[in-house]
Amino acid sequence: MTLTLTHYLVLSAILFTIGLAGVIRRKNLLMLFFATEIMLNAANIAFAAISAYINDLSGQLFALFIIAIAASEVAVGLGLLILIYKKYGTLDLDNFSVMKG
Amino acid sequence: MEAIAFYIFSILIVGLFLVTILSKNILYSMSSLAAGMVLISGLFFILGADFLGAVQLVVYSGAVMALYAFGMMFFDATKDIKERNSSGLLVFLLSGATAVILVVIFAAPSIGKNIKPLVTGTKGADNPHVIGEVLFTKYLIPFEVAAVMLLVAMIAGIVLASKKMDQSLSEIYIDADPENELKEQK
Repeated sequence: MTLTLTHYLVLSAILFTIGLAGVIRRKNLLMLFFATEIMLNAANIAFAAISAYINDLSGQLFALFIIAIAASEVAVGLGLLILIYKKYGTLDLDNFSVMKG
Repeated sequence: MEAIAFYIFSILIVGLFLVTILSKNILYSMSSLAAGMVLISGLFFILGADFLGAVQLVVYSGAVMALYAFGMMFFDATKDIKERNSSGLLVFLLSGATAVILVVIFAAPSIGKNIKPLVTGTKGADNPHVIGEVLFTKYLIPFEVAAVMLLVAMIAGIVLASKKMDQSLSEIYIDADPENELKEQK
């Protein structure tokens, strides 16, 4: 029972799908952030696995940059979330529909 | 041995992330997300990407989760989230179709056979050394751009979060009712 690249890629696909289902299903903005993190991590697993199996470092470096991007996304996103929470008192997406015809 | 570790890790990760997206309580979903990140770094260690695993531990489970926990101070985390979910069937179909497509794409035997490694890597203890060398030669410019981007994000985070920091949240709420605001705009 040896591990192949496909094992890791299928795991990554499953995790990405979980993240995508979270983005589609949840209405809370913070939950959408969590789901985005899950999707980014799924991509990281795929990058690291391919990098390990073809013996190439580029994949790991890409994953490293993805982590950097995720960190800055969280910093800016949380700032925006705090502003939104201060303005509306909630993080529910349904309450942000200001265009009532 | 590797296979056993892989299966344990993957089952735990999938379960924890399912808790993350299905839980009604923000605190539960944040904790399970943090645990899932730790286990993902275990996957990286199995793959021989030691440096990436350490960075995953430090940045994700350390910094990002601490940032979320910090943000949690501003939001009411103990309350259950009430959500209006219109159609579960649509979500099920969309994500299921995406899953099938992704598995077909990834698991198809058409994964390139003649890929030549651009930067030959090593696994295990020597991995951080080699990554450092490659990062500061071949990938120097992306590295610097990422550094500048992190700086910009840090400043943006400070500016966004520190607005009106001197007022307490409850004071702001009273006059920031969305309905009142709408009337004012009209």
